[in-house]
Amino acid sequence: MDLIANHISHRFGDLAVLDDISFTVSAGEVVAIVGPSGCGKSTLLSILGGLLQPTSGAPELRGAPPADSLNPLTFVFQDFALLPWASVEENVEFPLLHTQLSAPQRRALVDDALRRTGLTDFRTTYPKQLSGGMRQRVGISRALAVKPAILLMDEPLSALDSQTRELLMEDFVRLLADGGMGAVYVTHNLEEAARLADRIVVLSRRPGRIREVVTVPMTRTERGDAAAREKLLALQNQIWSLIRNEAIDAEREVQHA
Amino acid sequence: MLDRAATDTAKDSATRRVRFRGAGFVPASSRFGGWIALAFVIAIWQAAGSTGLVNALFLPTPAAIVRAIYQLAISGALWQHLSASLLRIGVGWLLGTAAGVAVGFAIGLSRLARSVGITFISALFPIPKIALLPLLILWLGIGEEPKIATIALGVFFSTAISVYSGVDAVPRNLIRMAQSFNVPFATIVRKVVWPGALPAILAGFRITASVALLLVVSAEMIGAQYGIGAFVLQAGNLMQTDQLLAGVVILSVFGLAVGKVIGWLEIRLLHWR
Repeated sequence: MDLIANHISHRFGDLAVLDDISFTVSAGEVVAIVGPSGCGKSTLLSILGGLLQPTSGAPELRGAPPADSLNPLTFVFQDFALLPWASVEENVEFPLLHTQLSAPQRRALVDDALRRTGLTDFRTTYPKQLSGGMRQRVGISRALAVKPAILLMDEPLSALDSQTRELLMEDFVRLLADGGMGAVYVTHNLEEAARLADRIVVLSRRPGRIREVVTVPMTRTERGDAAAREKLLALQNQIWSLIRNEAIDAEREVQHA
Repeated sequence: MLDRAATDTAKDSATRRVRFRGAGFVPASSRFGGWIALAFVIAIWQAAGSTGLVNALFLPTPAAIVRAIYQLAISGALWQHLSASLLRIGVGWLLGTAAGVAVGFAIGLSRLARSVGITFISALFPIPKIALLPLLILWLGIGEEPKIATIALGVFFSTAISVYSGVDAVPRNLIRMAQSFNVPFATIVRKVVWPGALPAILAGFRITASVALLLVVSAEMIGAQYGIGAFVLQAGNLMQTDQLLAGVVILSVFGLAVGKVIGWLEIRLLHWR
């Protein structure tokens, strides 16, 4: 199943946020969206996931999702969005409760998602008892339980410390390795984008327009060795040079606001 | 290298400890402080009455009040008055709470209900509900109904306000999360909005329990033969101040008991906080 941004524009009142955004996320592809602060990255993701009506244009799907997918477009939120009154397993089971699945079927999906994210031993704990990284793992586990075709990740690591970010990035690489699941990954961190994405959509300063679409010239499995790291660093520098001036302007604008 | 250099420098001159400045401003209390203070006040009160320092007619001693409660209990009058008050509070509070929760959720979840409901609540909430008792007697007759209706009205407005405030305070990111998984509206209300609003709803229950107690005493003082309010008024008229204060102590104990029940509910239902 492909996800298509079809000439999407959006305004909040008089403020134009996005202007004519078009691109396609093919099945199994990981597309990162980067750009200066306030360029509409998160707004675009909300529109792509059907949580916000665009002013014009539309998000579209092409092809059927996998037969076992319970929620083809599934978000992983920056602030985790966990129910504080529910345990880890109840949080992971939450999106399955309204489906036609029987209790044993739900249980099997929850067990599998918890196992894949290393949370099996934490199933009865509550979010407040967990670290930020573990809370995000619960968010990822909840997303995996519904077997998404495309993960919509809104700066999923930005609320975490650098060590936890590194560990979770390794998890993302592993989870997306087989190409069975695609992703749209919104981030302001160019290293994360270069490490995870097949293509990087670079947005301009507000109103966000597509400045460039950069293809990462190697597979994700090839990105571990030293030579690849140098290439990725060069790619990051290339993207940074595209947005640096606008990022500075955006930063000054935020400070004036 | 830097550490060693700093240590060496410190050795060269006399040291002094950094003064601790972080004390206080912590909302903590000692475990028995409150009880010791209460016992101390009661002891002084008893001593002042026993030594004749205070006229027992104006302020009976704690022992006299306990004796009055005991005599009321063995005569059966205590249960007669208490059961009448409890019935009125119980029925009035339940009716007011049920209506308040329903209206509060409607206001919290529906744009139409919000625009209509908040206007009416803003207009009617400030009215002292006891002022409506004569009108309610006119409408519902002399009996239990107007007293129960007064309590229900008082409880209704506070409950509705606390419920819709609680619904408004449910983090929107949780609702968006549920919507992103295509969770149906009813399930979002049951699994996200209700538990998210529960802290505010239970806080509202504490307030409405006090409102119900205030209104039952007021209503019973205006027109009732039995009930703690009627008993207190009657005792005051007869200058039986030990009985009057016995009624006040019973009201206080009732308030404390309700507070304990709500505290227990909070521990059971909000253990995740």
